[in-house]
Amino acid sequence: MVPVSTASLEVSGLAFAYPDGHQALFGVDFTIARGERVALFGPNGAGKTTLVLHLNGILGGGTGTVTVAGLPVGTEHMAAVRQKVGIVFQDPDDQLFMPTVREDVAFGPAAAGLKGAALEERVRTALERVGMQDFAGRPPHHLSFGQRRRVAVATVLAMEPEILVLDEPSSNLDPASRRELADILRSLDVTVLMVTHDLPYALELCPRSLVLSDGVIAADGPTGALLGDEKLMRAHRLELPFGFDPRSVTMGA
Amino acid sequence: MHVPDGFIDAPTSAVTGVVAAGALAVSLRGARRELDERTAPLAGLVAAFIFAVQMLNFPVAAGTSGHLLGGALAAILVGPCTGVLCVSVVLLMQGVLFADGGLTALGVNITDMAITTTVVSYAVFRALLAVLPRKRRSVTVASFVAALLSVPAAALVFTLLYAIGGTTDISIGKVATAMIGVHVLIGIGEAVITALTVSAVIAVRPDLVYGARGLRQRLQLRVDGALVDAPAPVLARTAPGAARTSRRTLWVTGLLASLALAGFVSFYASANPDGLEKVAHDKGIDKKQEKHAAADSPLADYGVKNVANARLSGGLAGVIGVGVTVVAGSAVFWAVRRRQTEDVSPLHTGL
Amino acid sequence: MGAGHAHRLYRHGHSPVHALPPHTKLAAAFTFVVVVVSTPREAMWAFAVYALLLACVARHARVPAGFLLKRLLIEVPFVAFAVLMPFVAEGERVQVLGLSLSVNGLWGAWNVLAKGTLGVAASVLLAATTELRELLLGLQRLKLPPLLVQIASFMIRYGDVITDEMRRMRIARESRGFEAKGVRHWGVLAKSAGALFIRSYERGERVHLAMVSRGYAGAMPVIDEVTASGAQWRLALALPCAALVVCLLGWFL
Repeated sequence: MVPVSTASLEVSGLAFAYPDGHQALFGVDFTIARGERVALFGPNGAGKTTLVLHLNGILGGGTGTVTVAGLPVGTEHMAAVRQKVGIVFQDPDDQLFMPTVREDVAFGPAAAGLKGAALEERVRTALERVGMQDFAGRPPHHLSFGQRRRVAVATVLAMEPEILVLDEPSSNLDPASRRELADILRSLDVTVLMVTHDLPYALELCPRSLVLSDGVIAADGPTGALLGDEKLMRAHRLELPFGFDPRSVTMGA
Repeated sequence: MHVPDGFIDAPTSAVTGVVAAGALAVSLRGARRELDERTAPLAGLVAAFIFAVQMLNFPVAAGTSGHLLGGALAAILVGPCTGVLCVSVVLLMQGVLFADGGLTALGVNITDMAITTTVVSYAVFRALLAVLPRKRRSVTVASFVAALLSVPAAALVFTLLYAIGGTTDISIGKVATAMIGVHVLIGIGEAVITALTVSAVIAVRPDLVYGARGLRQRLQLRVDGALVDAPAPVLARTAPGAARTSRRTLWVTGLLASLALAGFVSFYASANPDGLEKVAHDKGIDKKQEKHAAADSPLADYGVKNVANARLSGGLAGVIGVGVTVVAGSAVFWAVRRRQTEDVSPLHTGL
Repeated sequence: MGAGHAHRLYRHGHSPVHALPPHTKLAAAFTFVVVVVSTPREAMWAFAVYALLLACVARHARVPAGFLLKRLLIEVPFVAFAVLMPFVAEGERVQVLGLSLSVNGLWGAWNVLAKGTLGVAASVLLAATTELRELLLGLQRLKLPPLLVQIASFMIRYGDVITDEMRRMRIARESRGFEAKGVRHWGVLAKSAGALFIRSYERGERVHLAMVSRGYAGAMPVIDEVTASGAQWRLALALPCAALVVCLLGWFL
């Protein structure tokens, strides 16, 4: 395996409270090696989104450290860190803020200084990777929800990140869009951290899983084993869909 | 209240255009200091909110309904500078996209509905908070009064503009009575809605209410059962922020004080015209500059054209002269100051 | 509900007027209105010529008269105001159909109506032939402060999203049997407005996070720019120049 020092992501002792006094994280520790696909589960309010926002230094000011590909997240390397950590937010409407799909995908690379033909090329490649190259000139709010989510993934891919962080990637998707997104994610050659409530989706895509509960990592192991552990599942308000048996499914690569 | 083209004559429209541009320049700087790089998305979303909330109908009785103007609400929720920006952008877009409000009347509309309402309401709001006890209820009360005064203030400014540049000579008394009378009523509605809305926000996210920032408390973190002080608030920069706020408050108070003085003092001093001249002179309006820049302007000789009442007319000219001077002066001041700060720190780094 | 991209007044087409760069159209519309406003109200024929000029533009833009006239309705509140003027204005009075009207007020009403209508018509033509995205680029090109253009573009992008949230909140209220009938229901409506503000502000924060995550540091990268040739400028400025000639004639004749 890859030595720990070059892990894609390393989080240690992370604690944080919001300005209104609500504390969301109580000391989170975990490491993700390069190329891994990892799922992060947890009941509502476990602090998942808060954790995600720490990964590229949007939230900070608590205690503990986050290291991305060897770079500590902090004011010093902020630009580099944000290029390396690509976050796909839950609501594509938040992510797609530019007037057209093309401009939106171009936003990240252009902010990093890319121009002209190189920029166009980067936009085209990113859109092709999610199969949305024909929609470049369209305004985001004219797309379907599934298409918007795919464009949102493209906006992040265009930055060529080290680690892709997806917040609830399968939420509000119809089954076909859900499968299309899974195919896209499987085809990508990047480290993936997927925050989700969709346990079958996690089992399909991620060999390893973390359980975040009450602001700490409560479990860390192979996805199949965690989903099969009924006691653990119940303790953290995790439930499998009716009729779904993790042992009957062959795991995704 | 969207004024169309041709309602106010061209010179006055131009002057208000300059006033609006100056105020916008000041607000742009102010907003950037309030929100940093978050200005564009946050002000944009708040503008969208104001736009939406103006469409929210509040039924009054028997099928009639009113809606928010939003200036006071914006000022209290996001601060005066961002508030001015948001309402101005809404007006700009309404003018360009929906032909609502004339293109040449943009200056009039912005001065009246964006600048007057936000500045007046915010000044009143801060002044009240300074005297009232530090409680949430005080915020509600202060928002009520601030919004209540902001609407007739806008009507008053409209009347003043009409007095100077109105294209039909309706007696100013009639315009003022009608405008202010109607807008006191509208102001009551605005006040109730604004106060209720502010208190609804403050109940859930007190940290979002710009005008109530002083009410926040210091955070503590619990790590492994032990309480630890949070290093520094995440959105920090409290200390310089406070200094800036007080400077801005000073600026706003100064502006209002000089407006009030110029208006009221010249009103009463104008029993004899020399007295008016003297007061205007003492208030620091550079007479020569005005005369030579605009010999035939509506402000020429500090009397407002088409206004029969000598006292009122003198008062109006005083208020407007001071307003323009203060805005232009502060625009220059900010520009110069910015250049100085830029010399010291050439890069504005984000977070 | 009209989507932000093709706003309510926009009328898709490929006319020469549509093809003009947006900043030339903005400049032309603005100077035209300035000229109209500066015309003496006694030169009644001049306003007829202005109307003809606008009709020519509408013809070239293939904007049908019905479309234009319907959009003029926005002016109605001020028409009411104008109609009142002859009754309340000062000065010499005439008797018309047994009513005592002020001559000055009649002139004033005519002045407001004529200039206001021409102003609205010019704005409607501008909006009907220019896409929203283009309008923003045009404003940017005309040196409107970039921050103001950004605020405007976010307002446009999210205007529909927020209005839609407001509509959903109303539906939610109504499906629970609530109907705002009078002042005593203001509390509930204001709570909705408060909630809407919080949602808008939080969305603003999330959009900012999404921007920051992609390397935004205060300045929007320039992705598209509009340019205009001399010929395009001449074409666009033909309208205000013709109007200026009429205006000067109006002053000296």
